[in-house]
Amino acid sequence: MTDYQLIVVGGGPAGLAAAIAAWEEGLTKILVVERDRDLGGILNQCIHNGFGLHHFGEELTGPEYAGRFVQKLAETGVSVLTDAMVLEVTPEKQVRLVSREMGYQELTAQAVVLAMGCRERTRGAIGTPGTRPAGVFTAGAAQRYVNIEGQMPGKRVVILGSGDIGLIMARRMTLEGAKVLACVELMPYSGGLTRNIVQCLQDYDIPLYLSHTITEIRGKNRLSGVTVAQVGPDRAPIPGTEQDFACDTLLLSVGLVPENELTRAAGIPIDPHTNGAVVYENRETECPGIFACGNVLQVHDLVDYVTAESELAGRAAAAYLAGGCPADDEPYIAVDAGAAIGYTVPQRIRPGKIDKSAELFFRVRAPMKKSRILVTSGGVQLAAYPRERLAPGEMERIQLPKSLLQKAMGSITVSAEEVAE
Amino acid sequence: MYDVAIVGCGVIGAATAYALARYDAKVVVLEAENDVATGTTKANSAILHAGYDPKPGTKMARLNVEGVALAAEICEALDVPRKACGSLVVAFTEAELPTLQTLLAQGQASGVPGLQLLGGAEARALEPNLSAEAVGALYAPTAAIVSPWDYALAMAEVAVKNGVTLCRNTRVTGIEKTVAGWALETTGGAVSARYIVNAAGLGAEALHNLVAPHRFTTQPNRGEYDLLDKSEGARVNHVVFQCPTAAGKGVLVAPTVHGNCIVGPTAEPVAGEDTATTAAGITALEAAAKKSIPSVNLRATIRSFAGVRANTDDPDFIIETAVPGFIDLAGIRSPGLSAAPAIGLEAVRLLQENGFAAPKKAYFDNTRRVTRFAALPPAEKAALAAKKPAYGRVICRCETVTEGEILDAIHTPIPPVSVDGVKRRTGAGMGRCQGGFCGPRVLELLAKESGLPPEKIPQDKAGSNILLGQTKQGKGE
Ligand SMILES: Cc1cc2nc3c(=O)[nH]c(=O)nc-3n(C[C@H](O)[C@H](O)[C@H](O)COP(=O)(O)OP(=O)(O)OC[C@H]3O[C@@H](n4cnc5c(N)ncnc54)[C@H](O)[C@@H]3O)c2cc1C
Ligand SMILES: Cc1cc2nc3c(=O)[nH]c(=O)nc-3n(C[C@H](O)[C@H](O)[C@H](O)COP(=O)(O)OP(=O)(O)OC[C@H]3O[C@@H](n4cnc5c(N)ncnc54)[C@H](O)[C@@H]3O)c2cc1C
Repeated sequence: MTDYQLIVVGGGPAGLAAAIAAWEEGLTKILVVERDRDLGGILNQCIHNGFGLHHFGEELTGPEYAGRFVQKLAETGVSVLTDAMVLEVTPEKQVRLVSREMGYQELTAQAVVLAMGCRERTRGAIGTPGTRPAGVFTAGAAQRYVNIEGQMPGKRVVILGSGDIGLIMARRMTLEGAKVLACVELMPYSGGLTRNIVQCLQDYDIPLYLSHTITEIRGKNRLSGVTVAQVGPDRAPIPGTEQDFACDTLLLSVGLVPENELTRAAGIPIDPHTNGAVVYENRETECPGIFACGNVLQVHDLVDYVTAESELAGRAAAAYLAGGCPADDEPYIAVDAGAAIGYTVPQRIRPGKIDKSAELFFRVRAPMKKSRILVTSGGVQLAAYPRERLAPGEMERIQLPKSLLQKAMGSITVSAEEVAE
Repeated sequence: MYDVAIVGCGVIGAATAYALARYDAKVVVLEAENDVATGTTKANSAILHAGYDPKPGTKMARLNVEGVALAAEICEALDVPRKACGSLVVAFTEAELPTLQTLLAQGQASGVPGLQLLGGAEARALEPNLSAEAVGALYAPTAAIVSPWDYALAMAEVAVKNGVTLCRNTRVTGIEKTVAGWALETTGGAVSARYIVNAAGLGAEALHNLVAPHRFTTQPNRGEYDLLDKSEGARVNHVVFQCPTAAGKGVLVAPTVHGNCIVGPTAEPVAGEDTATTAAGITALEAAAKKSIPSVNLRATIRSFAGVRANTDDPDFIIETAVPGFIDLAGIRSPGLSAAPAIGLEAVRLLQENGFAAPKKAYFDNTRRVTRFAALPPAEKAALAAKKPAYGRVICRCETVTEGEILDAIHTPIPPVSVDGVKRRTGAGMGRCQGGFCGPRVLELLAKESGLPPEKIPQDKAGSNILLGQTKQGKGE
């Protein structure tokens, strides 16, 4: 006998949706473990609008979106443990955790859903030279100070990276009375959603410097300035293009890294392109009965997709139990990321396990004009999907009908190519 | 009136205080910054060198060998993370092999135990990721790694526990001779003492020049490092040096006691205490590290930093009486960390030569225990969290540091006043997210325990404020 049928690690939107879906499929002994004092994950600090357009058909703030799921969860019999951190998950589905309330616990489950979200890349990871003063924050840490603690991390701000969190914080800091001097992006295009570039930068006349980077950080104790330079096609700074900004704050929005330490320690294979687990069509990892969904699996830009993916994982966990916890021996088709494609999720599809079709998520490596997405197997084209445009900042998805998958030979390759207008 | 005023609380000042705390004397340590070990002591290679590098017969050679023997006992007694992992100095060409011979001979003359010359294949057997180009190595089994700031802190804490006074935010700005000894002018008010020990690191020359004729010139020299994520923590098992050249010991690749991998240092003259990192330095480190360990992954860097060596125009440590009653512990560059406790004892001997005659105390409390939750076996984790719920709340998720440990640190004899002070004591914020998650919570705990408003809590030194005010909402507008 195990302590729970299902333990969900992480109580963000992913964990909440997975737990609710598993409950709705008939599981009765479910535990959600959340490290924070409250459920809701990163959404709790995203007080801007723009969540839920796909899922609810209306625009909600982050806390409102999370609140609906927290409310729904409260109407189920799912147990919740907050202020509790999972320290280890074993392949045998033992979950070791510690909490203020319950102390150190070793719990067992028949299935586990990993929904730990992601963390932000830091200055060290991007190797910006200079001094190490206070005033250099990841955008998410600054967001937490402003939106949760009511504290201002700075007054004159430069933002490095044009990912969504950086863009949102450019607007937020401006509304709070700070002066945002520039948003600096290494690539020739932004990594954020187009709507955020318009609503967060352009509406406030904040200049976006594409193909630029920060080459030096200055200041003894508190940040006093940064040097910004243009970069060439090799992304190396071009000497002579430097300009100095006097600022007390630098916000870094230079990418998110799925938080997979537990996954790695459990010996579950990780895809080097997503930095998340390698999963099957139902978000099961290579360890039978352990599933992964949300930002811990792939960095999503829309929470609605997180919810959809997590419902899939929650239902799959219930089906796994209903099926008597089968070992994994079903044949699968490997999905390869081909030309112009950064990664795909899932990486493996078992045609025997899908109903009508499987949904495939991916991102392109660089912006593309009018294009088509191709699915091939053994050099034979199986399907093509037209797109008006493609951008790395926006996750793409296609439906792969079961009939198509049955034609595939061992593996399929997804690629994208531009077509004449 | 104090018997002894020690100026500076890096590892040298701390070791001197630790040695003097055994005597029945009034001792004060005056530190310019808001914490112990914020200077060179916090930014170095963290190696307890075996002792074959310095020329035999020098103070450096003798104090290095004595110091690392003492370090083993001190780290054990004071619960300081230390690991005797051994070191390899690697030769990559036949032309470098005589250098290994020289180091071996120096080490043997200085009494370094267990040194052994290895062939390339033998070295690779010990260190599987070592470059195929390696043709030989000097193996030193006694070399160890340590947490340098914890080492200094531990000695300072135990000194304070045994009656030594530590004054932080107290920079010595002037010294006058008096009949009874010295009158010190500091940013924290006037202090008088019979004897002064100058352990001011890069500030030692200026301090010396306040009381004695010019004796040495400091030539600050910066060394840059990359600290790599724990995913690279098993890349090497030993400290892997390259053959030293005129420029220094060269770039090493080493494990750290915290389970990371460290790569560095560079060597470059700088004007003063300039600890900025540079694009050139970061690039140079990559090439140099890959020469030893081709597979090392510099993209796993979680932090780059730099420390400044207090080099002087004297090739040896300057450990001597400058004028009667004033003792210099100056020019303490590498292997200063290794030699520290021996330098502390040397300082006591010099004080005694100058007339310091206090007897030893009957009782000296040489204990210190630090709870490190993450390292405990499950049963002890359970017992601890059951006893004190604060050990059940994880604040730093990367390093699994609990609220209990942070509260412990806040209630040590030298309580931290900054977020980095908590990091040095507990490891919170040292991991891969570099305090992104736990920084705000550590700040909150510090504010709560000290009763200060959050915007008064610095990141590190005074003036490194994290928050610059409240939001409109925070102000209730
Ligand atoms: C600044 C910002 C702006 C955004 N803007 C939008 C937007 O406008 N519209 C939109 O649709 N989406 C937006 N998103 C994206 C959306 O918020 C995320 O995709 C979504 O929150 C991801 O959900 P998750 O549950 O996977 O991860 P998270 O929300 O990060 O939740 C993971 C949870 O797991 C917990 N956890 C982690 N490890 C452990 C452990 N070991 N033990 C216990 N608990 C653990 C964490 O504390 C956390 O609560 C934004 C995101 C950010 C950061
Ligand atoms: C790049 C590098 C690598 C190294 N690697 C190693 C190694 O692997 N192994 C090893 O053994 N050694 C190593 N060292 C050497 C070692 O770090 C130093 O020898 C040691 O830390 C020196 O300690 P300290 O106490 O003298 O100086 P510091 O740690 O700099 O302390 C001096 C203190 O004095 C204070 N101070 C200065 N002026 C005043 C004043 N007027 N009033 C009050 N306070 C004042 C400062 O604030 C500071 O806290 C390395 C050094 C460098 C730079």
